[in-house]
Amino acid sequence: MHRAIPVIAATAGGLALLANFHSSPSGVSIARAGAPATVPSTESSAPPAPTGSTPAGSGPPTTAGSRRTLDGPVVPTRYGDVQVRVVLVGSQIVDVQALKLPNDRARSVRISDEAGPLLREETLRAQSAQIDLVSGASYTSDGYAQSLQGALDAARR
Amino acid sequence: MTKALTEALTTGAADRTFRVEHLWGTAIGVDVRGPVREGALDAVFSWFARVDDLFSTWRADTEISRLGRGELTVEQASPEVRTVLDLCRFVELQSGGAFDVTFGSDPRVTPQPGRGPIDPSGLVKGWALDRAAGLLVSEGVSNFTINAGGDVVTHGRPAPGEMWRVGIQHPSSRDQLAAVVGGTDLAVATSGRYERGDHIIDPRTGRPAVGLVSVTVIGDDLALADGYATAALVLGRPGMVWLDGLAGAEGMAITGDGTVLLTDGFDRFRIS
Repeated sequence: MHRAIPVIAATAGGLALLANFHSSPSGVSIARAGAPATVPSTESSAPPAPTGSTPAGSGPPTTAGSRRTLDGPVVPTRYGDVQVRVVLVGSQIVDVQALKLPNDRARSVRISDEAGPLLREETLRAQSAQIDLVSGASYTSDGYAQSLQGALDAARR
Repeated sequence: MTKALTEALTTGAADRTFRVEHLWGTAIGVDVRGPVREGALDAVFSWFARVDDLFSTWRADTEISRLGRGELTVEQASPEVRTVLDLCRFVELQSGGAFDVTFGSDPRVTPQPGRGPIDPSGLVKGWALDRAAGLLVSEGVSNFTINAGGDVVTHGRPAPGEMWRVGIQHPSSRDQLAAVVGGTDLAVATSGRYERGDHIIDPRTGRPAVGLVSVTVIGDDLALADGYATAALVLGRPGMVWLDGLAGAEGMAITGDGTVLLTDGFDRFRIS
């Protein structure tokens, strides 16, 4: 599961191009779309980020004056393919377009109640069981007390 | 998230080490089965402290707070902060804006005057636990859990042949569970509004989100599971349909009238 992190980081890095290029045209490079630039060294067991069959910047750049268009590699992720196009004037990135985004953004925006019956429903039942730990939205100081108590309980078991 | 309040408890047995400290306004517990160097646990909790130093929205001196006040640009921020903002952007795109880092959509973080508006709290805890798990694995630790205020990572097994059993908190009955899931490598995040009764605000409308009381997401990594749980809670019932369509995530939601909504693959993890 944790091996997936570099993929996500790389994917998100590609998306970051979309968000950030206006403010930092020189600070981003097309390689970020396919390179795990933000993966920490602590995750040494992680495999390299996948690369698509198209190497970064491959193919003849489209030239219009000093304006060039470079397509990044298609990066396959479990969430779908990601590909970014960068438009440069000289060495300045002037535009970044997403050619492919994972998970079909249009679909996620179109969600509606109509698809509700797709979900399985059942009635909530309270239960108890032998467990190792609890997932819940316990975050306040009250939650802290409870959580600590739970931790202490677990430690005693 | 005052570090002065940090408390530490370490219990050690030959085959088990459990350590809990108070950080991020909650308790973080690390439970290791089998041998582990003390230094490895120190490194994990140092990492958690660093995360607080970078991301706390409750302290004025963190990078996130400085970003919010415009004293720091994204480009000047640390790689960790940029990574988390990238992940937030990813979930924002996927959720059609239901997850919004520029909006305090996480009910656990009260907007503070002069602090904000950047608030990645809906995701950063999960991300930090993913990294912590990576740290432990790189130390050769293969069987452990980490639980930070209800967001959970498990790795390996509690004992040979067994799997980790994670209870999902019942939203109205503190000492009961709504379900139990099991597995070896799990990432389980729960977003809910049952504890303080807070409203969670829909960043798209500015109004309280309605429909779901809690959402639990099991994912391939906790950063996204955490973000998805926050987004789905904002989206309400349609959020579960959205979740159902996402790869690498399964969810269980509980509505105000006690109905449980399950995505198609949730039963894969469910024990009871």
